[in-house]
Amino acid sequence: MADTALLIATRKGLWILRGNAARTDWQLEGPHFLGNVIHHARLDPRDGCTLVVAARTGHLGPTVFRSIDGGASWQEAVTPPAFPKAEGGRVVDHVFWLTPGHASEPGTWYAGTSPQGLFVSRDGGANWAAVEGFNEHPDRRAWCGDDKDQTPDGGKLHSVLVDPRDPAHLFVSMSSGGTFESRAGGADWAPINQGVRAEFYPDPYPVFGQDPHCVRMHPARPGRLYQQNHCGLFRRDEADGRWVDIGANLPQDGVRRDIGFGIVIHAHQPDTIWTIPMDAGSVWPRVSPEGKPCVMRSRDGGDSWQLCRAGLPTEQAWFTVLRQALTVDREQSAGVYFGTTGGEVWASNDEGDNWRCIARHLPEIYALEAERFA
Amino acid sequence: MVRVRLPTHLHQYSGGLADVQVDCAAPATLADVLARLDARWPGVRHRLIDEQEGIRRHIRIFVGSAAAAGIEAPVGAGEEVMIVAALSGG
Repeated sequence: MADTALLIATRKGLWILRGNAARTDWQLEGPHFLGNVIHHARLDPRDGCTLVVAARTGHLGPTVFRSIDGGASWQEAVTPPAFPKAEGGRVVDHVFWLTPGHASEPGTWYAGTSPQGLFVSRDGGANWAAVEGFNEHPDRRAWCGDDKDQTPDGGKLHSVLVDPRDPAHLFVSMSSGGTFESRAGGADWAPINQGVRAEFYPDPYPVFGQDPHCVRMHPARPGRLYQQNHCGLFRRDEADGRWVDIGANLPQDGVRRDIGFGIVIHAHQPDTIWTIPMDAGSVWPRVSPEGKPCVMRSRDGGDSWQLCRAGLPTEQAWFTVLRQALTVDREQSAGVYFGTTGGEVWASNDEGDNWRCIARHLPEIYALEAERFA
Repeated sequence: MVRVRLPTHLHQYSGGLADVQVDCAAPATLADVLARLDARWPGVRHRLIDEQEGIRRHIRIFVGSAAAAGIEAPVGAGEEVMIVAALSGG
């Protein structure tokens, strides 16, 4: 079995942190694309060797790089994600999110962009086409809002999910905009936000307009979604069709911990999830509450939670962990990892019980993915 | 022939060349020059010009001594094109 490797996408390039079988020793490899802003990097789980990387620089426009040899060499996409030319047409500022397609569709990848757009590649990331059913949907502008409604560096389409039962069953989420579902391979979409709060609107439960930060699906239980939202933590079961507030089940000790960016699920236990709380008080510092980083873990789908902080700094540690920077590996005893905007990678190889820093002095970490090379 | 001066940001495409000659008969436009560059180094145009044909925010392109407002800017015989990666912060 191959060992775990962490793809570290940063504001200044891509690094790969390769672990040994015990996940006790880590070797840093890189940088790749030094100076490029790397928003996301993924390994294709269908072949274990194709890497796809979303890149731009401070000056040059957004593109996608691919490697079919595990990062030994790179090729730029022939046709990167771009909106159609049109009067008043939109411009892709950056490719924000990458998702490998369904297992039955080798070569298919999805990309979410800023501003919110959905693109698909059918050839391993070489050529990208707009998913017109979403990008040109007559309600898209209403769903996404105007520029002033967006996150500071632009609205984002993220959390592209493919149902392992049906390659035409897709989900996307938008900051802002909410979560949307297509059962037609992207040809049409509908909002699925019932029960998700949007405290920043007069109507706190609108049909759309919420701010999901990250939405995850477990391949063994694809009818259930977990969501870390701007306004809390939620779980949705397909049969109910409504999101349930699982943040309300967090320990009530006077510190709000239901706000964060990322959420991940155990590879073999669909009820085990992790989040990282951030301070959402006053002017939204988005750092560890009280300067005391912790990871929240639930083993029952969010009905109850444990606070995990052994090994993490106990005071004056103001971590910010972005939505793509929390990840979990595929081992039976899960390794959980997060990267901070201060350039540190923290790891637990006992499902969150104990933590240690395994890399530091890196640039601002945008995304971290635990992958397994063939 | 049009002389095109490239910023270091494009050396990944040019193989380190900072200065190239592009075969472009007058009268030409900046679009013609960029098309020649893209034919030589596929993908380079998209990094400079967005999908709505605008020059990207932190890119400036000078034709002679004048900053081009768009890709339809004329490039006269003997004029140089200089691509500049403008300030984009830390």
